[in-house]
Amino acid sequence: MIRRAGAVGIVLACAALALAGCGERPQVVTYKQGSYQGKPDQPPYTGAPFDGNQKEWDNALRQRNQAQNEYKRIGS
Amino acid sequence: MARMKFLCDAERCIECNGCVTACKQEHDIPWGVNRRRVVTINDGVPGERSISVACMHCSDAPCMAVCPVDCFYRSEEGVVLHDKDLCIGCGYCFYACPFGAPQFPQAGAFGVRGKMDKCTFCAGGPEANHSEEEYRKYGRNRLAEGKLPACAEMCSTKALLGGDGDVLADIYRTRVTARGKGGDVWGWATAYGQPGQAPQQQPQPAKAKS
Repeated sequence: MIRRAGAVGIVLACAALALAGCGERPQVVTYKQGSYQGKPDQPPYTGAPFDGNQKEWDNALRQRNQAQNEYKRIGS
Repeated sequence: MARMKFLCDAERCIECNGCVTACKQEHDIPWGVNRRRVVTINDGVPGERSISVACMHCSDAPCMAVCPVDCFYRSEEGVVLHDKDLCIGCGYCFYACPFGAPQFPQAGAFGVRGKMDKCTFCAGGPEANHSEEEYRKYGRNRLAEGKLPACAEMCSTKALLGGDGDVLADIYRTRVTARGKGGDVWGWATAYGQPGQAPQQQPQPAKAKS
């Protein structure tokens, strides 16, 4: 009985494997003229170190932007 | 956050190529690909100027318009990026770009003309932020680290500015007021002119006195 169940299991596994081989994936991208066709991008504030906190990211960049202004850095 | 822009102050650029080196080092750019380069106008003539040139992330980017596979997109911050998995390396963007930004590696699956590579404003590309895949294809994502492009941050004379366009305009205005000359910004009319408006003529560099 156990041997039979094992055999059935193996047959089912083989069938699943064979079917997976038949799975058709789209090989060609269908283009829509004039609109971006690639993968979506993530906003820069997702993930470490900001973890989705856009305000904190804005502040970090604002600070960096101002660091380029030497008139402010040296205090004119 | 306003849109990201580059600004090169020709009065300050000393042609040190620090920006080029910073870019190469930051993104591990292969030999033969130059995302950024320094161009000298009127070389050897009194009044010569040097300008650091890369992708300007144009408002109405011609590369986006001509790409036959539409692999370009503009991020929320106004950075023009592209998906290298879609790019077929046709080179149309190279012909369309007024700044000569698109670069084509000479090795890889597509033979002599590989997938296009260009300045990403240190914003990576359409892969997970900070992933190995993103670094391999597009370079480091400094923007996601809360930093500005390496070329601009590394510039010793602060000739090259990169970041929020409004802030850059303010910084430049203060400079021009303080020094009283050099108010023309190279490439801004071409890159960020209003859509539908004819690009303005670039200011002619001063000619040598005979």
